[in-house]
Amino acid sequence: MDAAAIHQRLKARFEDHVGDCDTAAKDPSIMVSPAAIVLVCQFLKDEPDLAFDALSNESGVDYKAKNVIEVVYHLYSYGHRHSIVLKVDAPRDNPVIPTVEHVWKAANWLEREIYDLLGVTFEGHTDLRRLLLPEDWVGHPLRKDYVEPEEYHGISTRRESLLK
Amino acid sequence: MSLTGYEVEVERRGSAGLTTEEMTLNMGPQHPSTHGVLRFVVKADGEVMIEAIPDVGYLHRSIEKIAEKVGYHGFMPYTDRVDYIAAMFCNQGWGMVCERLAGIEVPKRGEYCRVIAAEFNRIASHLLSVGTMVLDIGAATPFFHAFRERERINDLLEELCGARLTYNYMRIGGVAWDLPPGFAEKSLAFLDQFEPLLDEFNDLITLNKLYIERVADVAVISAEEAINYNLVGPNLRGSGVKYDVRCDLAYSVYPELEFDVPVGCGEEGTVGDCFDRYIVRIREIKESVKILRQCFKQMPDGPVIAKVPRKFKPPAGDAYVRVESARGDMGWYAVSDGTEFPYRCRIRTGSFSGISIVDKVSRGLMLADLVAVIASLDIVAPEIDR
Repeated sequence: MDAAAIHQRLKARFEDHVGDCDTAAKDPSIMVSPAAIVLVCQFLKDEPDLAFDALSNESGVDYKAKNVIEVVYHLYSYGHRHSIVLKVDAPRDNPVIPTVEHVWKAANWLEREIYDLLGVTFEGHTDLRRLLLPEDWVGHPLRKDYVEPEEYHGISTRRESLLK
Repeated sequence: MSLTGYEVEVERRGSAGLTTEEMTLNMGPQHPSTHGVLRFVVKADGEVMIEAIPDVGYLHRSIEKIAEKVGYHGFMPYTDRVDYIAAMFCNQGWGMVCERLAGIEVPKRGEYCRVIAAEFNRIASHLLSVGTMVLDIGAATPFFHAFRERERINDLLEELCGARLTYNYMRIGGVAWDLPPGFAEKSLAFLDQFEPLLDEFNDLITLNKLYIERVADVAVISAEEAINYNLVGPNLRGSGVKYDVRCDLAYSVYPELEFDVPVGCGEEGTVGDCFDRYIVRIREIKESVKILRQCFKQMPDGPVIAKVPRKFKPPAGDAYVRVESARGDMGWYAVSDGTEFPYRCRIRTGSFSGISIVDKVSRGLMLADLVAVIASLDIVAPEIDR
């Protein structure tokens, strides 16, 4: 099933919670409101003709100019061999999005990484801890306004230029 | 000892008025069988694991952040460090996602060079995987057999691109150089020698009863579970799901090549056990040999790289590509804002999905089976942490 048809199915079921479908993009994507993301994902997984049984990737992107953090879901169906991209926007100052961990187990670690590197809180997540960085790290490095700390536990992060 | 046996034992001790106490053990971060710097916090009751929680991040080099600072061309050598056991696929993933963003087509010969380099790398990576797996389990000799052959592939790749691990061979739009003179003959001579050695390797360890008993029926992952945890590549195929990005979302010149996709069929135990994941890799090595022979036969002449401007500025937008790496479907997501620097680059690797299922499957297993689980999932730590 192509993106336009999937968009139509979602629009009929969730109405205003589903936004536009960007069919001109390299990978057509559908905007979804944060409030409906879990239901939309469950619907996409459960309907036999959609059957998106795998969450291939979940990424966060900081769009500072638009003042949003976008979470991008790349879904794939092994049964039908088709894919779709969902996008959810959350405000930069307090990004909270419900977790899809209960739909796909793979989301557990993917969301932990987004929480760690971009500071998005996933509501209802069973184990929302930092994944890659130490627990006492301050800030979220993949944010566009992140400033690298001068030192960490007395270890300097600065190095003199080799070109002198 | 199975969980049922363990429960019987607990009951026996309980009725005799004996109690057991849980232990918390630390495995890693420096441990020979964790394949990189990786730590597990294991709760065990005697020899049986209650949970094994992975602690990752020791090798985090913020490669995704580096991409935003060094530009499209400049990021290529960094991609080698994502997975230095199979760096060609990272090169290829980054090349492909940039080409997709900018709408560049790679010349035919360039694609063949890519496939040749990638399939050699797949054999080398799988040899490392199966070699270290048997070593972790306690058989040292086959490891040396596997590494002897892997070294010869490293020699060939060194001749191709000057490096043995971090190749930096591919470029946006193709590859850096054509094959060196005499490379095809040397490669074919190697393949002729290597194929019978693979059978020897199987006689030595794969069909060894002691080895089979050690890995068959251990850590069974069902197809539904594998998909739910987004396992990819040999781990997914080991659970019986016939899916390979090279066939199902055909990229590069793979549609012109004939090869099979081996899947686990539970021949020594249950579908999706450690043995199935192991045997899938052995069989994939054979398929890669098949692919390589075809490549050298039908490779056309011509340029190996497309014309790509030095100031590479793909139009604003995002793209996602999948590459069948040695550790399976590797996802590359790149966002461009129309400048010389990628706005965002995201890499979802096979080991990242693999490690997240370790806690689930290791519950109720013997402590000594944890190394078999890690090795059978082919976990490579730098790929998790990036």
